[in-house]
Amino acid sequence: MQLAFKLGSKVKVMDDLEKQAGKVKRIAGPVVGAVGFNEIRLHDMVLVGEAKLVGEVIRLNADQATIQVYEDTSGLRMDEPIYNTGEPLVAHLGPGLMGQIFDGLQRPLTTLAKKEGGFLGRGISESSLAMGKAWDFTPVVKEGDLVTPGTILGTIPETQSIEHRVMVPQGISGRIVEIKTGSFTLKDHVAIVETKNKKHEKVFMEQSWPVRMARPFHKRLDLTEPLVTGKRVIDLLFPIPKGGSAIIPGGFGTGKTVIQQSLARWSEVDVVVYVGCGERGNEMAEVLNELPKLEDRSSGIPLINRTVLIANTSNMPVAAREASIYMGITIGEYYRDMGYDVLMLADSTSRWGEALREVSSRLEEIPGEEGYPAYLASRLAEFYERAGHVSCLDTVHPADEKSEPKEKQKEEREGSISLVGAVSPPGGDFSDPITQSSMRIAGVFWALDYELSRRRHFPAINWTKSFSLVDLSRWFLEEVSDDYEVMVKETENILGREHELQQVVQLIGQDALSDMEREVLLISRILREDLLQQSAIHDVDAFCPLDKSYWMMKVILHFHEAAQEAMKKGVSLQDLDNAQVLQKIARMKELKLDNAVQRLQYLMSDIDTEVSRLGEKMEKSNA
Amino acid sequence: MHEEEQFGQLTTKEFRTVSQIRGPLIFVERVSGVAYDEMVEVVDPAGNTRVGRVLEVDNNVAVIQLFLSTEGLDISRTRVRFTGDVTRLNVSHSMLGRILNGLGKPIDGGPAILPEKLEDINGRPLNPAVRIEPSEFIQTGISAIDGLNSLARGQKLPIFSGSGLPGNELAAQIAAQARVISSKGDQDEPFAVVFAAIGITHRESSYFIEQFRSSGALERTVVFLNHADDPTIERIITPRAALTAAEYLAYEQGLHVLVIMTDITNYCEALRELSVAREELPARRGYPGYMYSDLASLYERAGRIEGHPGSVTQLILLSMPDDDITHPIPDLTGYITEGQIVLNRLMKQKGTYPPIDVLPSLSRLMNAAIGEGHTREDHRSVADQIYAFYAEGRDLEKLVTIIGEGSLSEQDRRVLEFSKRFEKEYVGQGHSNRTIQETLDLSWDMLSEIPAQYLKRIPEEYIRRYYKK
Ligand SMILES: Nc1ncnc2c1ncn2[C@@H]1O[C@H](COP(=O)(O)OP(=O)(O)O)[C@@H](O)[C@H]1O
Ligand SMILES: [Mg+2]
Repeated sequence: MQLAFKLGSKVKVMDDLEKQAGKVKRIAGPVVGAVGFNEIRLHDMVLVGEAKLVGEVIRLNADQATIQVYEDTSGLRMDEPIYNTGEPLVAHLGPGLMGQIFDGLQRPLTTLAKKEGGFLGRGISESSLAMGKAWDFTPVVKEGDLVTPGTILGTIPETQSIEHRVMVPQGISGRIVEIKTGSFTLKDHVAIVETKNKKHEKVFMEQSWPVRMARPFHKRLDLTEPLVTGKRVIDLLFPIPKGGSAIIPGGFGTGKTVIQQSLARWSEVDVVVYVGCGERGNEMAEVLNELPKLEDRSSGIPLINRTVLIANTSNMPVAAREASIYMGITIGEYYRDMGYDVLMLADSTSRWGEALREVSSRLEEIPGEEGYPAYLASRLAEFYERAGHVSCLDTVHPADEKSEPKEKQKEEREGSISLVGAVSPPGGDFSDPITQSSMRIAGVFWALDYELSRRRHFPAINWTKSFSLVDLSRWFLEEVSDDYEVMVKETENILGREHELQQVVQLIGQDALSDMEREVLLISRILREDLLQQSAIHDVDAFCPLDKSYWMMKVILHFHEAAQEAMKKGVSLQDLDNAQVLQKIARMKELKLDNAVQRLQYLMSDIDTEVSRLGEKMEKSNA
Repeated sequence: MHEEEQFGQLTTKEFRTVSQIRGPLIFVERVSGVAYDEMVEVVDPAGNTRVGRVLEVDNNVAVIQLFLSTEGLDISRTRVRFTGDVTRLNVSHSMLGRILNGLGKPIDGGPAILPEKLEDINGRPLNPAVRIEPSEFIQTGISAIDGLNSLARGQKLPIFSGSGLPGNELAAQIAAQARVISSKGDQDEPFAVVFAAIGITHRESSYFIEQFRSSGALERTVVFLNHADDPTIERIITPRAALTAAEYLAYEQGLHVLVIMTDITNYCEALRELSVAREELPARRGYPGYMYSDLASLYERAGRIEGHPGSVTQLILLSMPDDDITHPIPDLTGYITEGQIVLNRLMKQKGTYPPIDVLPSLSRLMNAAIGEGHTREDHRSVADQIYAFYAEGRDLEKLVTIIGEGSLSEQDRRVLEFSKRFEKEYVGQGHSNRTIQETLDLSWDMLSEIPAQYLKRIPEEYIRRYYKK
């Protein structure tokens, strides 16, 4: 008997099945116990039962292997065979990933829908990538060139926005003896490399990579540049660097998904990997329907061309949630290795943690806090550590050039992968183990606030609880303005003062405050409503470029300064509160992007004019 | 030790090797070839059959969960038959107008349901790539819902109620008043109601049935009844059977199906009972760690599918234990459903009907279902503005109780006034049935009491068009 199955792209055929088959001895939901294997290793991928459900070995005892099955085990019988593929779970990497929607095991969902209809079946019947599709390959190396893992052999126009760079896979280095040009499918090789011991290795446009293993790079680089998200509260107060990681904890309805979707749309990165992990099916449908219609702001190319979607929704098998996160990051790393800035979004990491907990409890492991396994924190850390800004394999970074022998001309190639994970704490309580463990690892924390979301202040990012530990001030200083930091500090300061003053008001009322203090309340309200609040569904305001954000902040602080000066001279707070310019400030968000900055600069002088007119009016009435 | 008989293609195996009976669980030893999740029939010493399913198999021991109580079973004489298939429900168009028990068997004295199909009650996960985003506005006639938390066809929306709060009343009212409003005008589209009573009282279920009867919907309704005095463990099946019927009517028969499930809190309690019997490690407050996934396997069975004319809309009722919205039942539900309508005890005490607290309420699908071509262009911004003023008004109300109204500014006073009128008139509409136009009209009536310059959430264009002064 023979068994053929798909592993990445390759159809692997195994003879002599009996030798490699075990038998089902225990079934408890997604956890299956098996005996009788000749040879089996931890993390081997296995095919369970006649239906060939995909599973992975997660524990080995002397006599029994424990398997986590990524598919529904209903109907699986005792004593059914289990086949060991002898390989780990891999991601299939190559052109054709962009614009696709996969499940956690990288099954192509659109293709499956055409074949099976609306409801998902089991087993792997479709290759992740279209093997028969032809791609135009243009080489960038020539015969005789020396190559090592990571060397770019040539390029493929994968989509309108992504040039796919075909890299030499791990384990192959040597001299190019054949390099092709033209149109090929993923089954055709595009190059042959002669290794040291004169072996000829074919190189294809696709490769496979075990999802649980981080893909290698040359070296880590510092995080120096912000990932511009177009959300003012993030870009101004809590920026995330390219290659950094952020978490968004928040109870249900506080806006985690909307922020993630909006990052997927408008972030200034090259590639987006969006993983819907244990969340709603309709939310994935929304992203899938919308991205082909939305255009990139600078290129005008539909955003779907730079996006890979992975959907393991809440009603899909639990164990595959865990795989989906690793599948996503592996695909992200692959594009990072080509030299792209990648953003990976995971909604929600809590569902992944819960999948770990569920499997752990079926394994009867000793539970840690809230029933989560003791290794929860280390798994989370391993995952967030896969974020980074790196110089890619087979490249040199200018800084090392002197130290490394220059046997050949190496290019400089950097890539980054930034991670943003939503966290769904039970009852919205941030003391939960997943929030706490993630918070210790991620450098950026966007705390969503139930109170803010109730009053529809969106994004509901709480400005006192959130933080960004990465110092990007140098970049802002050089790229935006030299008073950038001062402005941000002042904004934070006023918001902090408001908090204190409100407490006084709660106790004894507005009357207890001086006019100067009330002015601070006026400004903080303007900052909250006219700067920090930003609707994700507004035509214009959904994305706010950095310079517009900066000028909006500057306008408000300028009014603050002018108002305080005027009040010192005796202008009443009442008059300032009724100033015409405040109407304009309230509508700054709606300013069209093409001339927003200019209009904001005019607004600065409008403020001067009106406030000084108020001063004159007052002097006249005094005289 | 065991006998095999052929039932069609299915092989049925029978064992008399029960070793333990614990709560709803039966342990059977020395079994072979048993499948996970397989349906079993347990024959008691008196010869009566009860159904159950395989929860776990370990070596030669199968753990079986009965859907009825284990009372009257004994170790030596009980026979266990493994049917070789998962639990299925007979589904058919002729279910409409019928009353079934919590397992889907007729209890109205009528004939057996002639099956057009036998469907696995667990359904299969919907491929997210074929979902159509719900975007058809359903007018419920209730301003707090239509104006601020609109319902869309294919949505799953729970009502977070509590003991003594009129959650069921509201659900029945919505079922009677719901109409789809589209730019194409009113259409007579074929619809059906699937009603799943889960552990509620006879009085409550009769109330619903009476409501269906008086609105003329009863012939288009399938009723599944598991009452408070029916076996708890049957409740695990009732919503699944109801959703299986709903999916069949929607996707195979092309009907727009409204599923009402009440009360999910009773379902969750049954889930907990089962988990305790299995001696599983509990997560929060004794509920099992997999409750999120379990609830999702019910709630995600709402939606619309490409290439199918029908739809499944879910109206889910749950009681918040102790009115606590952070309790795992409302909490996990809110994490899965597409919003929530939250009822408030204080408002009920003030005599407000419906006592909907709009601040914690939400409809996540609202944006796709409102605006130009659905309701009206200004709908979104009007809702945002009402929210902003009402939230502020509620804060002011608290402030006033401490420091008195004296220190309020003129604008504060207007906002306070707005928020009182909002609760009384807009939310507290009584049992009237308002069109969305009436709701929007009332909104502008109230907003126009506030100087236009403060309506920051509304584009100037709409202020010019709708502001009343
Ligand atoms: N930035 C935003 N702009 C406008 N509305 C928002 C924004 N964030 C959240 N919302 C509103 O809040 C609802 C819930 O947000 P969502 O992201 O789905 O919450 P979560 O994922 O935290 O449960 C959305 O349906 C939307 O109505
Ligand atoms: Mg969400």
